[in-house]
Formats: sequence, C-alpha cells, structure tokens
Amino acid sequence: MCTTCGCGKGETLIGGHALARKQNAGGKMRYKPHEENAAHSHSHEHMLSPDTIDYGTGAAGTHAPGMSQSRMVKIERDILAKNNDYADRNRHYFSDHGIFALNLVSSPGSGKTTLLVKTITALNGSLPLAVIEGDQQTDNDAARIRAAGAPALQINTGKGCHLDAHMVGQAVQRLGLKEDSLLLIENVGNLVCPSGFDLGEAHKVVIFSVTEGEDKPLKYPDMFRAAALMLLSKCDLLPYLDFDAELAVANARRVNPDIQVIRISASSGAGMAEWLGWINAGSHAAVAA
Amino acid sequence: MHEMSIAESVLQIIEDTARTEGYAKVKAVWLEIGQLAGVEKESLRFCFDAVTRDSIAEDARLEIIETAGQGWCMECARNVAVTARYEPCPICGSFQIEMTGGEEMRIKELEVE
Repeated sequence: MCTTCGCGKGETLIGGHALARKQNAGGKMRYKPHEENAAHSHSHEHMLSPDTIDYGTGAAGTHAPGMSQSRMVKIERDILAKNNDYADRNRHYFSDHGIFALNLVSSPGSGKTTLLVKTITALNGSLPLAVIEGDQQTDNDAARIRAAGAPALQINTGKGCHLDAHMVGQAVQRLGLKEDSLLLIENVGNLVCPSGFDLGEAHKVVIFSVTEGEDKPLKYPDMFRAAALMLLSKCDLLPYLDFDAELAVANARRVNPDIQVIRISASSGAGMAEWLGWINAGSHAAVAA
Repeated sequence: MHEMSIAESVLQIIEDTARTEGYAKVKAVWLEIGQLAGVEKESLRFCFDAVTRDSIAEDARLEIIETAGQGWCMECARNVAVTARYEPCPICGSFQIEMTGGEEMRIKELEVE
C-alpha cells in the first residue's frame, strides 16, 4: 500500500471480486512506500527528492535558525469518521429508495443463516428482498440464501472481523436493489467488532441462541446495547436445556432497557409470525418515509 | 480484534492530514479513548506499532487519554459515573441510564515535523 495516499488493494472480496478501492478495514497490515520504479498513476507533489532539505514545509512555511520544525497539529477527528461517512451515504441511499436495511449480528453458530432462509421462505415473495452475507471465507451462506430464492451477495472480509460501511455500499450497488425492498445484512459471526461499525442500517438485530449462556449480554454489552431487537433463537430446544430465558432477557435489558425481544425457533416456526410482523412494520415505515 | 481496523483508521487520518498540513514525520499521536469505547489499549498499541511500520508514523509515541464513562440516570435525573454498561446507577440502582460520555474514539493531536 502507498504510504502517501493509501492506494492499493486489500483482501476483501465482494462476490469473489476485489473492492473497487482499498479502505481501512480488512486489508493488509504492512504499509510500504512505492518502489522506485513501481507504476503509479498519480503524482505526489509534496514528495521531495532525497537530496533536498526543504524547511518551507513547516507550519510557518519558513525556518528560524535554532528552532525545531517539530510542531503540534490539532486534529480532533473521530477515528471511525470515515466509516461513518460511508454509513451516512448508505443510509441516504436506503431512505431515498424506501429500503429497510437490517444488520444481523451474533456469535458464530447462533443460527443466523438458517433463520434467514426460513424468513425468506415465510415471506414468500410478499416484498422484494436481498441479502448481503459477510464471512471471512467461502460463499456457502450466499449459496444457501440463493437456494432459498433470494438474490444474495457474499462479502469475504479476508482477515477482517466485521463488515464496514464501504463494503456494504459497494455490495448494494452491485446487487441493484429494487425500490422499497428489504435488505438483510448478515454480519460476520462476532459479538465484539460489528457493534462499532455502522453500516447505515435502520436497526441492528442481535440473535442470541439458547445454547449460549444467559450472561452473554453482560459479557458482550456493546452489541446488545447497539441492537434494537433481540431474537432469542433455537427456543424449541428450551425443554432440553438448563437455560433460563427470563434471566437472559433480564440481562439484555440491564444493558439496553429499550431492547425488544422475540422468542423464536426456525425449526418449529414459533415466533416467526411476530418476527415477520416486525419486519413488515419497519418495511412499511421505510416506504412511507 | 477491531483494534487493527482502528489503528489503520488512525494511520489513514494521519496520512490524509499529512497532505493538507505538509509534514513528513509524526513523532507522537494523542488519542482520546473512552472507557466504554470497547477498545483494549494494549492491543491498540500493538496494532498501532504493526500498521505504522514503514510509514510516516513509524516509531511514533502513542499517548492514550482515557475518558471516564458517564451517563444520565433517568430516575435520579442527574449525571452519574458509569464503569461498565451493565452496572446499575450507583445512587438509585436503576438500569435506565442514557450514556453521555466514555464512548468516544478521537485523534486529538499530533506532534509532527
């Protein structure tokens, strides 16, 4: 990657293709300046030849004898400002086109993809929808979604632990979403990092399976704080487990008093009607807005 | 593990600012990180060292200013200290707390030449 301007490619793939432009997340860790003869399509005018000492580059544009050129630069910028800019752009796009976007987050193995497949089947074409799948590797999940009858695009984050707004923006352009559609974004299975990266979605939905511990909201509070809805999944297994569902919900509300909860099971279909009702209400509101 | 992305974002901002401010070397970086921002300071230092290698911020000193967690308790109608998201209000025990501070992640200042 170019030290001066950050051009270069990372390891993120969308539908098997590289991101159009390298962004901060998920890329390579090493930053190297251009090789002497490396092809580079643009110039950096401020670059100086190694045998030049230019004192005119200081703050004052000049040099006083004995004064160090060292100085302080006030920046005062949000570290994630760039991601948030992309997220704002996505949000505008969604609102202009009546798209209701949900960012589905959970630990690996909570049953996100199974739940999505059942959701797509249950919606049965009643509203246009598309899915963005985030995983470090493979397009297995996107293939499962396509088999369920919905258009899906896989983002492989490479080494990255979360989707970011820039990846989602590119995926949205490539998907060519219909007006007033539902966009389901299945984030990388990770309860930590995706909480800090706004994708421009209407809501984060956290999926918490009853095969996990009741204290998960306390262990990973940032995610439960950021989510508007918690789907307590695999509820058909409750009779066989020691899991205390009331305690799990109480823990989630300790972290986020406003969080809505739906108990659901993709296998038995329990709670699916409530979940579809929630989606339809949000989707209609997005269209009206 | 998103400390790596955060370190990369910091470097990106430093490099962007280098073009407008015209500096070639960064000697120190001041970050303001809230107690509840979900950032592990030691991990961030490690990642910062890794991503700044061979960059204008190589060997730059990383100074982290930690800001305390703060929230507005709806029951007490006042600001209270928050040390963790799942902690109740230290005065009334309610969980109805609206976070007002301690979640920030900002680059404050650079020492450059």
